[in-house]
Amino acid sequence: MNPTDVVERSYLRDDVPDFAPGDTVRVHVRVVEGERERIQVFEGIVIRRRGSRLSETFTVRKVSFGVGVERTFPLHSPMIARIEVVTRGRVRRAKLYYLRDRVGKKARVRERREA
Amino acid sequence: MAEVKGILGRKLGMTQVFDEHGRAVPVTLIEAGPCRVVQVKTPERDGYHAIQLSFGDVKRVNKPVAGHYAKAGVEPRRHLVELRLDEPGEHGPGSEIRADVFGPGEIVDVIGVTKGKGFAGGMKRHNFRGLSASHGTQRKHRSPGSIGACATPARVFKGTRMAGHLGHRRVTTLNLTVVQADPQRNLLLIKGAVPGPRGGLVMVRSSVRARRRERRAS
Repeated sequence: MNPTDVVERSYLRDDVPDFAPGDTVRVHVRVVEGERERIQVFEGIVIRRRGSRLSETFTVRKVSFGVGVERTFPLHSPMIARIEVVTRGRVRRAKLYYLRDRVGKKARVRERREA
Repeated sequence: MAEVKGILGRKLGMTQVFDEHGRAVPVTLIEAGPCRVVQVKTPERDGYHAIQLSFGDVKRVNKPVAGHYAKAGVEPRRHLVELRLDEPGEHGPGSEIRADVFGPGEIVDVIGVTKGKGFAGGMKRHNFRGLSASHGTQRKHRSPGSIGACATPARVFKGTRMAGHLGHRRVTTLNLTVVQADPQRNLLLIKGAVPGPRGGLVMVRSSVRARRRERRAS
């Protein structure tokens, strides 16, 4: 066992769903505005997952008003209220950076059908 | 003025934790203490105030060292390190110091022996740029270049930065913040990096800069 595990364990989330690059997810983010706190939803395609244990992060890409937007979240961040998997995507690589160079219909990911 | 506090420990490694705003904070884990005070030094006898702290497991001790520990009524430990105090401390011989001497938010210095890098060239040791990669440079890509002038002074000045041994020296990292202290598990979480390899002996003590600021303010 890693000696840093004893501290990390208390910070790990146990409600992280199983998802992979290519999947479309809805990330519910806690946003603090002054005193108030509200939930903002960021929906898009997961283009990367990197790191391990507590330092694991994932990046979600979406196109908003014609502009590509990517957000990287720490997987175990307490600022994430919930992660929802919308669809599963069938992709052939782990990092979907090629989506950045594509627009419109070409920037889609084929859906994976569970057999 | 606040008392100088200190504790010995072993560096366990680095990880990250989330603070109350949900931000990731890089931290170093230190297995801190429990330390026992083995000797108290006084100006009358030794010329200055200090306490001697012990830490770590030891397999065998020779008789003189065993006697030194027996005097304080303390189990022999592997390391003995002195902590200099400004005024008489509240800890007597034999008293125990645990990780809870420090609390979250406290400013500390961490002292350790850095990782040894062996004999290192100028580029690694002093961040020299080396010579050009091309333009006719032959077998001198990582050399330091000129180390002085010619007939005057006809020698190399003392202290000129050159290749030599790098690392394995005592380094104090100033002004680090304690993120968490856990006396049950003997753990200290300190924001940022700390000198030394994993498993290396480190000393955590109250920040000298913070004490100086306090002195100036009063």
